[in-house]
Amino acid sequence: MSDKNDIDHFLNTSGLDSTREQEIGQHIGYRYDVNLVPDLDRLTPYLKEYMAVMGWSDLNWLEDVHLGYEEGKAAVFDRNINGWVQVPDNIELPDNQQDRDMIARELLLKFQMSENHPLVQLKQAYKKF
Amino acid sequence: MGTLNDEQHKSYDMGMHTEQLTGRTMQKFFSLDEDGGRFTQPYTHDVDFDKKYELDVEGMESSAINTKIRELMVDGYGHIVIKNPLAKHSIFVGMLNRLKVDIEGSLGYFGCGLIDGPNVRISGRVGWSCAENMMSGTVVIEKNAGSSFGAAIRGGDLVCKGDVGSRTGIDQKGGNIIVGGSTGAFSGFMMQRGRMVILGNAGVNLGDSMYDGTIYVGGDVKSYGVDAVPGEMTDMDAKWLENKLNLYGMKAPNGISKMKKIVAGKQLWNYDNLEPTEKKIIL
Repeated sequence: MSDKNDIDHFLNTSGLDSTREQEIGQHIGYRYDVNLVPDLDRLTPYLKEYMAVMGWSDLNWLEDVHLGYEEGKAAVFDRNINGWVQVPDNIELPDNQQDRDMIARELLLKFQMSENHPLVQLKQAYKKF
Repeated sequence: MGTLNDEQHKSYDMGMHTEQLTGRTMQKFFSLDEDGGRFTQPYTHDVDFDKKYELDVEGMESSAINTKIRELMVDGYGHIVIKNPLAKHSIFVGMLNRLKVDIEGSLGYFGCGLIDGPNVRISGRVGWSCAENMMSGTVVIEKNAGSSFGAAIRGGDLVCKGDVGSRTGIDQKGGNIIVGGSTGAFSGFMMQRGRMVILGNAGVNLGDSMYDGTIYVGGDVKSYGVDAVPGEMTDMDAKWLENKLNLYGMKAPNGISKMKKIVAGKQLWNYDNLEPTEKKIIL
């Protein structure tokens, strides 16, 4: 069995550790610790500015955003599109999950604020108000 | 899909892999340097927190109230004071914008549901299912709340400074539910993630069938539900709790160090794409 404490476990391995997981070809459970609370000392400048704009004193909904791993790549889950957004290859991942989570939050926000986000088209097509 | 081993071949041959759960990854078509100047979604209204409007809703239907609030956002009002809500149902529902809202009075059922972004303060009480399906923002209730408080909440802070009814945070999928007083039975029922903080006592079957997430309790727990087990409080938990409670001027009656942490025992983690087929074969 691989070392699950290795931060790159899901990048370097298939993540199928148990016999059951190997049998079904699918990892059971989350690929990151959903209960990890954020360390506010590690906020990025962009996140600080976002919090100020929204009138929040902490990360609010972003507390539930973590860097995950999908198809062997670092990615962040966007609940608005029910899909994973891959971290661009040119971004070097820090060696700890807290800093990785901050990158995931910033990346997800910038994706959601972008005109390229699928919700922009959906809103135009289906908006009621 | 990589090379299959013998066991995997067997399961594939039996048609056990009909549901594809992967392959939903979006290709990257933006970078961290792009759109750096934006802090709100392109389809939201540009409002000013300093632009205030007092809205007396006495005699207005709920749908008319919500329509009026949307019109005010279009006009750039970022601070709305709602007077005389008179416990009407479904007020302030579906607001997907940054906004500051003060509700002077009490709300009926399903108040502040489906919101994404606003900061709401309610001076009175709220009925059933307040802030259900909330996505982000803050909702602070100064008095008590009814049952199913924060049902299926996905994000943001939902705070009740008084007591709440049963099934608090049923099917919680994220966010924080903070209760200054006590909660009723089945709080945290089928919780999937997120955090619930109960400063007072919790009723029977706390965290029943919880899949994941964390519950912190400052008082007594009448009984734990299926698969809810005590967890170990970490320094990060204590730091997070202290910061979060300070934000809303709340304190743990016996101190944060005395709070209990409850997590999922994960004995119910038996969901995978083999299960339905296996059941079919057995039947």
